Amino acid sequence: MAAPASGGAFEGIASENEQMWGFTRPQLIALGLMLVGIVIAPSVLYPIFLMKVLCFALFACAFNLLIGYVGLLSFGHAAYFGMGGYLAGYAAKSWGLTPEACIIVGGLAGMVLGWVIGSLAIRRQGIYFAMITLAMAQMVYFFCVQAPFTGGEDGIQAIPRGNLFGVIDLRSDMTMYWLVAAVFVIGFLFIHRVINSPFGQVMTAIRENEPRATSLGYRTDDYKLMAFVISAALSGVAGATKSLVFGIATLTDVFWTMSGEVVLMSLVGGLGTLFGPVAGAAIIVSMQNYLAEFGAWVTVIQGVIFVLCVLAFRRGVVGEIGRILKVRL
Amino acid sequence: MSEPLLQVRGLEAWYGESHVLHGVNIDINAGEVVTLLGRNGAGKTSTLRAIMGLTGKRAGSVKFQGKELIAARPDVIARAGIAYCPEERGIFASLNVGENLVLPPEVLLGGLNVPEIHQMFPNLLERARSQGTKLSGGEQQMLAIGRILRTGAKLLLLDEPSEGLAPVIVQQIGATIRALKQRGFTVLLVEQNFRFAQTVADRHYVMDHGTVVDNVPNHELAGAMDRLHQYLGV
Repeated sequence: MAAPASGGAFEGIASENEQMWGFTRPQLIALGLMLVGIVIAPSVLYPIFLMKVLCFALFACAFNLLIGYVGLLSFGHAAYFGMGGYLAGYAAKSWGLTPEACIIVGGLAGMVLGWVIGSLAIRRQGIYFAMITLAMAQMVYFFCVQAPFTGGEDGIQAIPRGNLFGVIDLRSDMTMYWLVAAVFVIGFLFIHRVINSPFGQVMTAIRENEPRATSLGYRTDDYKLMAFVISAALSGVAGATKSLVFGIATLTDVFWTMSGEVVLMSLVGGLGTLFGPVAGAAIIVSMQNYLAEFGAWVTVIQGVIFVLCVLAFRRGVVGEIGRILKVRL
Repeated sequence: MSEPLLQVRGLEAWYGESHVLHGVNIDINAGEVVTLLGRNGAGKTSTLRAIMGLTGKRAGSVKFQGKELIAARPDVIARAGIAYCPEERGIFASLNVGENLVLPPEVLLGGLNVPEIHQMFPNLLERARSQGTKLSGGEQQMLAIGRILRTGAKLLLLDEPSEGLAPVIVQQIGATIRALKQRGFTVLLVEQNFRFAQTVADRHYVMDHGTVVDNVPNHELAGAMDRLHQYLGV
């Protein structure tokens, strides 16, 4: 069976028939450009900045899986991102695990936490779902403030990057960059695979018409929970990778503003598009970096961009480009 | 007499505060095609939705193949072998025709396979790559019916399959329903158009004010015309 083109916002566009690994031709071109960009960028831009972009891009892609393809707005994704970061940091520093094991620990942390919070939140829809996830994430935040292993206000500092597979020294930023790029690309392709699987089609069906999907015989709560857990696990992976890159895991990553930021990234890039969250993450992180001299004004500028997006570019940057080129991205 | 395939007793249903079904009794034997006739708001669609468990709250008894389903969730009811094709058809817009067709899970053995469905609805083969929303009304109806045939469900609940379609398509849908009957499917059909209904059905239940008020076998339909006109107000 052929895989579908992703995204539901492009009803005016004819189905493209040429497909490869579930990508349409324009998506393949965009994927190629993105991979070339990932390879070339570190020779032009600061690798630490790029690693930050890639970590947030993976985080935003994981979040987009939930809102763009299942239609669930979670407002507590910071919990999985932050907890993934904390546990990976703790595993690296106190247990001396290798980086790849730390990233897996972070993913598992997100997965377990996502399963617990998800199975409670999934029973409600719409704004109630968002509020329950927010409340749960705030509980996780206050847990992190109190719990001894997180270091409270100080966070976990001086997390060693360690040696990949016990062999490759990651202290050099360039070596670390390739690891982060690999984690991102694997995560990105995994999300793409999920979206284009029969499971992903059921997710789309649930987003469009949940009662109908139920009356065809799907227990929709199971599918929503599964999507939630996948999204939370990948958020955990993103958080774990970020704490290894910066050598620090702090309360910022579990605070609700982080949940807001990932919503912003997905919106600016384009909800329900494959590449939107990547573009959104790049835009938001660049703004935070290059506008840092404006201090607190960054938040105001972000707010203005958010308002502009909602008013003028409702499909997000990638969504609008796709509309102009008449392709799905 | 053997036990009916579907036995509905004293079925009541509510949408929020409003009580829409007041004790519906229906028996459908295996292999029958039965219609629910009635005016707008008589509770025909609500009866189908209540059988499927899609109303907010329901009470009474719905027995399918002797199994009580009144407390079951909609997905369990679907997996017991009842398939529902809603009036709005519920085609998933972002999936194409082929994907819509294979989306429903196979709940029982003995469903039609995709080539058989294509044989029944050749249009669906031609349009297999089209987006679900780009079909004509008739094609959407064919897709909505076609995709529940794959699941192996024994009882099909069809809500106004003839509504808003050109006469030639209505004839085609009628022929399809007769073909389904020959293949051993049991059909419960909601219809406003009893001229169409009498070409396909064995029996007609007439509904009014949320309850069944009459039961007319198709061969007695001519004699019951006066009664029907009164019920339906036409």
